[in-house]
Amino acid sequence: MSGTSTPAQKSRLRTALESDLFYTFKRSPVAVVSTVVVLVLVLSAVFAPLIAPTNPFDPASLNLMNGFTPPMSPNDFTGETFFMGTDDQGRDVFSTILYGMRISLFVGVAAVLFAMVLGITLGLLSGYLGGWVETVIMRIADVQLTFPSILVAMLIFGVAKGITPVEYRDQMAIWVLILAIGLSDWVQFARVVRGATLVEKNKEYVEAARLIGRRSGAIMLRHILPNVLSPVLVIATISLALAIIAEATLSFLGVGAPPTQPSLGTLIRIGQGFLFSGEWWILLFPAITLLGLALSVNLLGDWLRDALNPRLR
Amino acid sequence: MLAYIIRRVAQSALVLLIVGLVAFAMFRFVGDPIDNMLGQERTAEDIERLRGQLGLDQPFVVQYYRFLENAVQGNFGVSYRQGRPVIDILMERAPATLELAAVSGILAIIFGIALGVFTAIKRNGITANLIMSGSLIGVSLPTFLIGILLIYLFSVELGWLPSFGRGEVVDLGGWSTGFLTASGLKALILPSITLGLYQMTLIMRLVRSEMLEVLRQDYIRFARARGLRDRTVHFRHALKNTMVPVITVIGLQVGAIIAFAIITETVFQWPGVGLLFINAIQFVDIPVMAAYLMLISVMFVGINLIVDILYFFIDPRLRVDRKGGH
Amino acid sequence: MADPVLSIRNLCVEIPTRHGILKPVDGVSYDIAKGEILGIVGESGAGKSMAGNAVIGLLNPPAHVSSGEIWLNGKRIDTLKGDALRRLRGKEIGMVFQDPLTSLNPLLRIGDQLVETMLTHLPISKSEAEKRAVAALEEVGIPGAAKRVNSYPHEFSGGMRQRVVIALALCAEPSLVIADEPTTALDVSVQAQIIALLKRLCRERGTAVMLITHDMGVIAEAADRVAVMYAGRLAELGPVRDVITAPEHPYTHGLMASTPLASRGQKRLHQIPGAMPRLDAVPDGCAFNPRCPRVADKCRQAPAPKVDGAAAACWFPLQHEEAS
Repeated sequence: MSGTSTPAQKSRLRTALESDLFYTFKRSPVAVVSTVVVLVLVLSAVFAPLIAPTNPFDPASLNLMNGFTPPMSPNDFTGETFFMGTDDQGRDVFSTILYGMRISLFVGVAAVLFAMVLGITLGLLSGYLGGWVETVIMRIADVQLTFPSILVAMLIFGVAKGITPVEYRDQMAIWVLILAIGLSDWVQFARVVRGATLVEKNKEYVEAARLIGRRSGAIMLRHILPNVLSPVLVIATISLALAIIAEATLSFLGVGAPPTQPSLGTLIRIGQGFLFSGEWWILLFPAITLLGLALSVNLLGDWLRDALNPRLR
Repeated sequence: MLAYIIRRVAQSALVLLIVGLVAFAMFRFVGDPIDNMLGQERTAEDIERLRGQLGLDQPFVVQYYRFLENAVQGNFGVSYRQGRPVIDILMERAPATLELAAVSGILAIIFGIALGVFTAIKRNGITANLIMSGSLIGVSLPTFLIGILLIYLFSVELGWLPSFGRGEVVDLGGWSTGFLTASGLKALILPSITLGLYQMTLIMRLVRSEMLEVLRQDYIRFARARGLRDRTVHFRHALKNTMVPVITVIGLQVGAIIAFAIITETVFQWPGVGLLFINAIQFVDIPVMAAYLMLISVMFVGINLIVDILYFFIDPRLRVDRKGGH
Repeated sequence: MADPVLSIRNLCVEIPTRHGILKPVDGVSYDIAKGEILGIVGESGAGKSMAGNAVIGLLNPPAHVSSGEIWLNGKRIDTLKGDALRRLRGKEIGMVFQDPLTSLNPLLRIGDQLVETMLTHLPISKSEAEKRAVAALEEVGIPGAAKRVNSYPHEFSGGMRQRVVIALALCAEPSLVIADEPTTALDVSVQAQIIALLKRLCRERGTAVMLITHDMGVIAEAADRVAVMYAGRLAELGPVRDVITAPEHPYTHGLMASTPLASRGQKRLHQIPGAMPRLDAVPDGCAFNPRCPRVADKCRQAPAPKVDGAAAACWFPLQHEEAS
């Protein structure tokens, strides 16, 4: 049944292109535009070292004389021109954004993956095993849901920071961020997976698998998991937008990515300092990039939810 | 009904105990309290004496119990950073946050419900569709960007409103209020819009979808078939039924406002507990973090409890069913 | 016959869809006299409810009356809009829905729902309306009405709730009541009581009733005349006794033969082959022609004659002696 014959595999791309999902995708301008925006941003983040005119973290390439150059106009001292201007230390804003987006996206994706793996595992376990395992996991989920996830993430960040020795704090900050955002976001995945597992568990094919002696682990992975993938995909997309915003928020608040590894949020935090002195570009461009990223991922998630499950609309 | 409330109270107490455990674990294991309280120059005797004083030589459960006992009495220890009792710092900062949260919450609830009802009733109107599209951007827009945008417009460009602080405050017996001075009220405008906007959008979208659901129900058709006025159908019949599920979320959102105040307070340098908390995280000031966690949990759990009890007044089905049949 | 309370002439309801225009009601005409109960019978999707909704102006957009006329007490009502239409509902036309569990607002006391309806339509004071609410509940046979006005809908059983719904439909004393499957959602044991109640109240007040149902038993029990609908069109219209004992339209004949009426004493129930056509695939000519045992070429080409002239919309109606 699982599509092992060669012709079936050959036509997989074609099946995808002819599927209802792709059809509704083509007919939704919002989905197409946001996909394009996401793709452009992700690609330019991935290939930042190739695209960026300068490496903002290479002290050799920096010239303090270039500081505060407005966008698209030559610097008074060096005569260099920068597409989006420079910040106080003469770093090219465009380059810092590309590198910053790398960090934002990395943290966002890694945190969602972490939350997803954790949530799916705990959801499967509590749905399939039931009993005290379920009680404990779902109780923890309930308690955590009482609090906004950004607050949970802040607390985890604070505690982790407290445990980390001072000299490693900046280095570890990115990983601590991923941990904090991921841990604050697993509940949704766990709830959906548990719900679906409870439904699937009693279906006849699972019963049959159990009767022919399959182990619980195998049943969960091969039979139940595939059935919960589409809601998980929807939640993952929406979570990604939330994780990107959460990362930016934490970094903006100064409890996230450090200035040595600035994400979009850190850049906005730095830029805010120059709002009153008139160097608007240091703030504006990172803010627009963050907005474009968060909005298009969000719209994509919304669209995906409607397309995969019309009942949720 | 009484049994139900008792059960809910017990559940709330359990949540608080768990949160207390987390706070205690932070307090006890993150950063050595001895390290933090004694300076570099210390003797083994000092350490032993302090361990005894703090009860660190006692069994875990005893320590936890004493921690809770202290917490209930408002004793959260001394801030590592400011060297003052945490409770004093919290109390002095609480009015700023509570006033901000109250104004934002009221704005969010009033405008959220009003706009939600409007967009549901005029589902196909141009204005309603514009509001809905705008709200999607509102949900995606990080709070701190909204704050910065407002500061840029109204403080930097127009110069109408202050960009930071509370303005002049009046001390009313330990409660410093910004409500009584013109500059205090002006200072409230931008932060409360920033803080309330996201919650307003959420409430609006929820009210709209619930209301659309309710408007499809048979009893609404029947109300129309009886020739009731649109106003009666929408506000007496539909809105009341809409509020049943919405109230839970509004309760959660009010709690969330207090937490999200952290972000707004940072943007506007608003001297509340949120800003205190962020600074505590930056400087790993564990007692302040633990105390903030406990305090905000009590508030959240309290709000949830109130919401559950509110249901009884809105939905008659609960009142009777819990009493056991009719 | 005196002037009818309700008079429908050539009513058409259309639903524009992407695949073309659907006609759930197609050229239907009938009258209902004062104090008369007209049964409308047909399968699901035959357009019975749609016609009822058209009369009270509660068609769900995009469905709308595309042609024809509806007259109520000598006044044309299909052209009314907004407030004029609203004032008609409840005041001139009462409506009873199928499911009493969902047609009452769960959060309002039934007394309040009665009072608000009366205050909307009648020039009476609030205390007078409260008095009348109790009386209305007594009239529909709710024991302890004076206390029960303060109860919420969930405190009543299904049958009692349908009595409340009837009280609500009648409380502003309309001249016409549209009862849309009023017994379908109820226990069989309660059905007869509700029908008897509806019949008694309307007889006493001289209210005209449009009784929509798919249950021939209900029609036989309550209606004076019956209109049989098929695929949005009227198949046959006549006094109940005639239609039941001597149906002229082959569809009615099939319908009667497939209904377990006690009086007929058949061993096996008859089946009509096939199914009613979907609204987007109504055949040319007579809509029943693919299933009709008496079909001829004429039936496939020309639409059946309208019921106006004859009792049945059929080119080759059954003769009485054949009908047994």
